[in-house]
Amino acid sequence: MTHIKSLEQLTSKRDELKSNLSRLDDPNNSEKKVQIKVAMATCGIASGARTTMDFLTAELSKRNIPSVVTQTGCMGYCYAEPTIEVKLPGKEAVIFGYVDTKRADEIIEKYIKTGELTEGVIPRNYDTID
Amino acid sequence: METPVNKPKQLRIALRNCGMLDPENIAESIVRDAYQALGKVLKEYSPQECINILKQSGLRGRGGAGFPTGLKWEIASKSKSDQKYVVCNADEGDPGAFMDRSILEGDPHSVLEAMAICGYCIGADKGLIYIRAEYPLAIKRLKIAISQAMEWGLLGKNILGSGFNFEIKLCYGAGAFVCGEETALIHSMEGKRGEPTNKPPFPATSGFMKKPTNVNNVETFANIAPIILKGPEWFSSIGTKNSKGTKVFALAGKINHVGLIEVPMGTSLREIIYEIGGGIKENKKFKAVQTGGPSGGCLTEKHLDTPIDYENLIAAGSMMGSGGMIVMDENDCMVSVAKFYLDFIVGESCGKCTPCRVGNKRLYEILERITQGKGVMKDLDKLKNLSYIIKDTALCGLGQTSPNPVFSTLENFYDEYYEHVVEKKCRAGHCKNLFHYVINEELCVGCAACKRCCPVHAITGEKRKPHYIDSNICIRCNECIEKCSFDAISIQLEPKILV
Amino acid sequence: MEMIELSIDNKVLRVKKGTTILKAARKVGIEIPTLCHMELHNMNIENKPGSCRVCVVEVDGRRNLAPACITEVTPGMVVNTHTVRVLNARKTIVELLISDHPYDCLVCAKSGNCDLQSIAHKFGIRRVHFKGEKSTYRKDTSPSIIRDVDKCIMCRRCEMMCNEVQTVGALSAVNRGFISVVAPAFEMNLEQSSCTYCGQCVSVCPTGALTEVDSTNKVLLALMDKSKTVIVQTAPSVRAALGEEFGLPAGTLVTGKMVAALRRIGFKYVFDTDFAADLTIMEEGTELLGRLKAHLAGESNAKLPILTSCCPGWVNFMEHNFPDLLHIPSTAKSPQQMFGAIAKTYFADLIGVKRQDLVVVSVMPCLAKKYECQRDEFKVDGNPDVDFSISTRELADLIKQSNIDFLNLPDEDFDTPLGESTGASVIFGNTGGVIEAACRTAYELYTGKKLDVIEFESLRGKEGIRSAKLDFDGLTLNIGIAHGLSNARKLLDDVRAGKSDYHAIEIMACVGGCIAGGGQPYHHGDSKILRQRRNAIYREDKNKTIRKSHENPYIIQLYKDFLGQPCGQKSHELLHTVYYDKSREEITIHHD
Repeated sequence: MTHIKSLEQLTSKRDELKSNLSRLDDPNNSEKKVQIKVAMATCGIASGARTTMDFLTAELSKRNIPSVVTQTGCMGYCYAEPTIEVKLPGKEAVIFGYVDTKRADEIIEKYIKTGELTEGVIPRNYDTID
Repeated sequence: METPVNKPKQLRIALRNCGMLDPENIAESIVRDAYQALGKVLKEYSPQECINILKQSGLRGRGGAGFPTGLKWEIASKSKSDQKYVVCNADEGDPGAFMDRSILEGDPHSVLEAMAICGYCIGADKGLIYIRAEYPLAIKRLKIAISQAMEWGLLGKNILGSGFNFEIKLCYGAGAFVCGEETALIHSMEGKRGEPTNKPPFPATSGFMKKPTNVNNVETFANIAPIILKGPEWFSSIGTKNSKGTKVFALAGKINHVGLIEVPMGTSLREIIYEIGGGIKENKKFKAVQTGGPSGGCLTEKHLDTPIDYENLIAAGSMMGSGGMIVMDENDCMVSVAKFYLDFIVGESCGKCTPCRVGNKRLYEILERITQGKGVMKDLDKLKNLSYIIKDTALCGLGQTSPNPVFSTLENFYDEYYEHVVEKKCRAGHCKNLFHYVINEELCVGCAACKRCCPVHAITGEKRKPHYIDSNICIRCNECIEKCSFDAISIQLEPKILV
Repeated sequence: MEMIELSIDNKVLRVKKGTTILKAARKVGIEIPTLCHMELHNMNIENKPGSCRVCVVEVDGRRNLAPACITEVTPGMVVNTHTVRVLNARKTIVELLISDHPYDCLVCAKSGNCDLQSIAHKFGIRRVHFKGEKSTYRKDTSPSIIRDVDKCIMCRRCEMMCNEVQTVGALSAVNRGFISVVAPAFEMNLEQSSCTYCGQCVSVCPTGALTEVDSTNKVLLALMDKSKTVIVQTAPSVRAALGEEFGLPAGTLVTGKMVAALRRIGFKYVFDTDFAADLTIMEEGTELLGRLKAHLAGESNAKLPILTSCCPGWVNFMEHNFPDLLHIPSTAKSPQQMFGAIAKTYFADLIGVKRQDLVVVSVMPCLAKKYECQRDEFKVDGNPDVDFSISTRELADLIKQSNIDFLNLPDEDFDTPLGESTGASVIFGNTGGVIEAACRTAYELYTGKKLDVIEFESLRGKEGIRSAKLDFDGLTLNIGIAHGLSNARKLLDDVRAGKSDYHAIEIMACVGGCIAGGGQPYHHGDSKILRQRRNAIYREDKNKTIRKSHENPYIIQLYKDFLGQPCGQKSHELLHTVYYDKSREEITIHHD
């Protein structure tokens, strides 16, 4: 169990976690993985995001693609739920909308396997503070 | 295929982590700097120094009224008491608004961290989140976040070795709109009937359990950590003269890209609707946008280029509110829109003061008469006068602003009221008593498709001869128009013809 | 004390910091109209939810109108109480209230006594500009109180009385929006709630939403029935308040006129509950001495403190809230019920009338008495000891209906034998009175000495909880007094926790005692009226030649001829009762 006792510990913990993540994202690292986030706020779940997430988790492992599928909060594209974000190692994250299982299958086969974009890409239309 | 790029109009501060991390895994929040601001405040700043940072940043309450947050904290910090409380108002209730839910579901730690910072600043060791029980997922994620933060030592006793203690508990609201008003919210948390009391005393001097209490909205809290980490100058460089930073809006209604957006203060409605929102659905004509929920008002075409901030919205007869933004097109009847909000208020008023309890009911009834084609010109004066008196005499903010939808539609769409009352016409084709369906005898082939689908048997006619709709029976369900393959049925914007 | 200068209607004045605009205005003779606001001075009772908004005034520099009843003055404040803006708002608010109110003033029980009616009259409202749905609710009739909340204006006075003053918690606002109303939880009936029928809600209701169950017709029917002998008893506080209903100043004693009026209404015998109060003292005083002696003798099961039991609202409260303490109140019945029990046995025999043919009516300042006389334990073969209990207000109605010129009646005396009473019984009407009366008797019986000074000033007063140590010839008696059920609760919580060292405690449900009972003429928030009644009661005591219960010759006679000894076998049969645990009464939700 982690118990952080000072700001310094917090910062070093953050950096440690960050470097773990960057290993996943490094195309030259053997630990590299496709990182997928599924928007699982109430609105996403109501539009079927759970089905999509279950499908992605099961299929990626079946198809032997090293990947990590996690849930996340609302991405803001309510009109296009369910939405997912796919980050191929070393590449910019891409957001896909209207991701039912059919489109999820398409995304695995096309974008994840070959890097070719499919229908339903949502341009990221905001700046962050990072 | 390249990812299309257009210049972003949005800037995400409060929503910075929503959709970026797993809200049920604190490690992902830590990666994105969660609790860094708390650590910095505890280590480097005195409570007053931290309050000064907030004051310099120009952050104002995102719950609607826009009270300066730093000043609010300062008042609470100066109240002397053995016990104080930090309360997070997560009783989001405006129709069509879901900003707070999204933040709590997507980034609960941003709120927990800010509450702890607030606790440090005002001298409170207890935080309470008042959240509506209709938000089960947000509640679940908050609970997980609180227990993980406790486990990691980021909440609880002696946080980050500073000697500062802070714990957070949840209180559930039963979905009463008025409990978003802070005195009503406090009564509800105390187990009493959720109704407002006169201010003063303000919660900052006498709040939860009669102790000094600082109440802030979810989105306000979500802005705190970035201000600490990036500095007040950074924050105040965003926005307009008196409204700094960004505002989250829930875009809804007749707009292509319904969704949650966050834009710098000062962004125009045009940018929001046409650039971020992708324009009006089915390319219809924009009519109005309703902001501020039941307490707000409608903005029209003439406001499209107004930079949105607290002051400009009030000047335009609306208000910032919590951030609901409902877009309406030519098919929306503005009298009905006012009626919709009044209906909401009539059900959600706490019933305590006369003007809100009875006055709003009477406003609603007048609007109902008008939409039924039974209005008279005197009703328009009555609407205005009664609205004015409710605003002037109601007890709390909810009551005082409840006639705003009437004011604003009367001001901006008087001609629609006039048409309803004098011409008995609803140009939007929305008020069921004010239009009827007619069958064009020349186009009708007598196929009887309409007759078969009519749920109330309002359509008669022999086979292969023109059919006829009895308006007295018709319930205006629109089914026949959709079924007719010959475009023989049309809507006539005239009052019901009584035969 | 910081003073604040302000101006109201161009009058400049200085008032203490914390004063409301309403009270500041009163100081310069400006009476701002109010509806929900109600204050009983010196009794710590104030209702100011700021909910009706009738008292709004214009304050320079303020965005909206300010409610005068809850807005505190600030330095340099400029207030205007009757600008066009204010008058327009006030009138509209009253019109809104009326628009959601039944138009049945002509037949409303509160007509002539209704604050909404008088404010509508004062504002000259001749038309209601708003027509629409009126909220309607199920009528709720209990043994004592009728709720017709179609007439509720949400002033919340009843709620404040029920929750803060009485801590009964039977009434509170329910529902939201237009249909919000004051009701028991889940909109159940009062009978299913923990209501004690103290009637304090009725006494403060500005409209006809809460009224008493009217029994005057039943009384009139009994009076017309030739086969019945109808007798009446009148409680001590009635004579100190009845005059108000006929325009006399508060505190006018109308004992003689009241007796005369009752005779003219047709009661065969006009008796006095005071007689039964003397009897109560004999029983309760003897019980106190008995328990005290047991305690002094070191008996571990001596049940102290003894609690008075003459107030039925208080008895109900105890049965609902302190079922674990039901062994400590005196088992003596209340004076009303003692009277009934004696009337239907001793007196019925005396005049040779069968129990079934004797109708006993009581005139009470109290609404809980209506419930009390219907309790099963106060019936013999279904025939109640007291048939009907009417309030002071109902008696006034009866007198008016009987075309009696009350003000010009001669003074007449009560009938014998149940009409003779002492000063001790009169003071039952004031808080502290019962225990004072008991001490007058207990002292002389215990010490065998005559009291030098009959008045126990230390037991009198207006504080909600009072205590006194009395010297009984070397024995120190610790007396506690509480009036208002919130104060009773505090004393009882101490008893329950074993923290109480009282030997005897007097409890009255209503603040002030019976003079402020739920059946008395409406005080409309004027606490001066209550003070005058209180003084009148002590005046009546002073005027009596006999002032100690055990010296009442008819009481002595009654024990000699009929009862035997106080707390003897016959007494136990007729004059003592038992209490029931009502805390677990099954709650069922009423469906229409």
